[in-house]
Amino acid sequence: MIVSYVIKRIFYMIPILFGVSLLVFSMIYLIPGDPARMMLGQSASPEAVQQLRDKLGFNDPFIIQYGAWLLDVLHGDLGTSITMRIPVTAFLIPKLLNTLILAAGGLIICVIIGIGVGIAAALRKYTWFDRIIMFMAQFGANAPAFWLAITLMWLFSIKLGWLPSSGMYDVRTGDTFTGLLEHLILPAFATATVSLAVIARLTRSSLIDVLNAEFIKTFRANGISESKIISKHAFRNILPPLINMIGLQIGYLLGGALFVEVVFNWPGIGSQIYASITSQDLPMVQAGVLFIAISFVVVNLINDVFIASLNPRLKN
Amino acid sequence: MERDIIVVSRELSISKHRVNRIKSNTFRQSIRVFSKDRLAVIGAVIVLVSILSAVFAPFIAPYAPNIGDGSKRLLPIGTPGHILGLDEQGRDILSRLIYGGRLSLLSAIIPITFMFAISLALGLIAGYFTRLGEVIMRILDVLFAFPTALLAIAISAIIGSGLTTIMLSISIVMLPYMTRVVYTSTMNEKNKEYVEAAKALGATKFEILFKEILPNVLTDIIVYTTTLMGTTIVFASGLSFIGLGIQPPDADWGRMVTGGISVLTQGAPHIATIPGLVILIVATAFNWVGDGLQSALDPYKRTQ
Repeated sequence: MIVSYVIKRIFYMIPILFGVSLLVFSMIYLIPGDPARMMLGQSASPEAVQQLRDKLGFNDPFIIQYGAWLLDVLHGDLGTSITMRIPVTAFLIPKLLNTLILAAGGLIICVIIGIGVGIAAALRKYTWFDRIIMFMAQFGANAPAFWLAITLMWLFSIKLGWLPSSGMYDVRTGDTFTGLLEHLILPAFATATVSLAVIARLTRSSLIDVLNAEFIKTFRANGISESKIISKHAFRNILPPLINMIGLQIGYLLGGALFVEVVFNWPGIGSQIYASITSQDLPMVQAGVLFIAISFVVVNLINDVFIASLNPRLKN
Repeated sequence: MERDIIVVSRELSISKHRVNRIKSNTFRQSIRVFSKDRLAVIGAVIVLVSILSAVFAPFIAPYAPNIGDGSKRLLPIGTPGHILGLDEQGRDILSRLIYGGRLSLLSAIIPITFMFAISLALGLIAGYFTRLGEVIMRILDVLFAFPTALLAIAISAIIGSGLTTIMLSISIVMLPYMTRVVYTSTMNEKNKEYVEAAKALGATKFEILFKEILPNVLTDIIVYTTTLMGTTIVFASGLSFIGLGIQPPDADWGRMVTGGISVLTQGAPHIATIPGLVILIVATAFNWVGDGLQSALDPYKRTQ
């Protein structure tokens, strides 16, 4: 059953990816100004612009241009950067990887700390500890990621000097794993805070609900230890809504990473899109948007399949 | 048979006077529930204060927001005459916050209010007419495939920066989410007994949709919209922060943070951090109001 679900889910992705590609392609049409003129500069003669338009196929009907573009994209060719004159795909793939590293760091932080804090608050429900944690979580859920990035950077890099404030690796020691970790902590926390707060609140409320359920009372009456009840029985029951919520947060992490990257000079897609918008490098912006959108769709697919694989009703 | 229905419906119909009395009771009950929720009241006060100070900015702000005094650059919080200090160009931070509130609040309230109406219509139609709904929701699914921040960045990249850009990209980004809320609750409501009853009494599709289902769907979307207002303020400030929104010398709260980054290492962290704190507080206040409304508009909690 699970296999047929996966196949169904992959088929369901096709119209979405089609729509995404159509939207991304349309960007070149919607943007004001002539891309051919942008490539040649303002001093170019109208004839030269017209020639380039013919050469690039800008005078063909929309559907033919889209078809040609899509064919190129399916072959991994997303065009050439206007400002750097290099193929966009090869340039952006390492950057996509860096963005995914940042988002993954954020995911690990928000899952581990979010669930931990949520459980701690649920076990001390309605005490001062719980109230303070939940009050903080309410603010955390509304914190602008870029502002958190700046605040963390000021406190931990500039004021205390504990962690680096910019880049991904230490220039002096080269690309080492510890260097990566050091550089990752602050941006990952800034990216994760909102999701962390959301996950903590959900963990707390669902755990409180489950601990009031009849079957937990039965376990207690049978003398099973509280820690075993929580770790083996209660926790398993809060997993489905929790995993669902974590899946929803991935989009937020990817989006938040785009802002955080700009603050911390993280060499990811976000910084690149930002720089390319400033320099009006449209193919680069298009490719960046397409990359993030596709990773988002794929991550959602993995998440849905994972949830389905946990569902015993889909197993047999 | 038809005659019986007409008789029954007449007996069931309540006089206009009584309907009005029930309505005013409902309103009073909602107010009572809302005012018992301490955080909701605090939230409402914060929202009200920020809106009023934005509206009356020229009368409240102690200084002009865009005119600085170069000799007073980076002065800290508590400087005499400048409670919140001065920014990187010697401009009064409090005055800039008050004026910035105009842009920050406008860029959230206007698009969300517009999209409230549109998503309501779209969601009701999509939820009630199954086949058409399938088409509408599939189209919106494409927009769901983009992380919200990315979609807004892409839109802003296309149409350039400015207040109109922020409002337009927020409208496009938030529409699918709001429509889905209306759609889901319409789907839930349309099979309930009261809808069956209205059908049996011969109500037209139009009447069922707008007289029967709409009032029951409204609570969900009002609560969601209020909470979304907070999220949107954060979101809009993010767009301005990376330079896609409000352009200098004007500044919303997000743009003010940008201005403070360059002087972070010069011992003036308040310039970047204060506006962010304001965003955080106002956004949270909208959430509290939303939570309060949820209880206040819930008929079960209201009559307890």
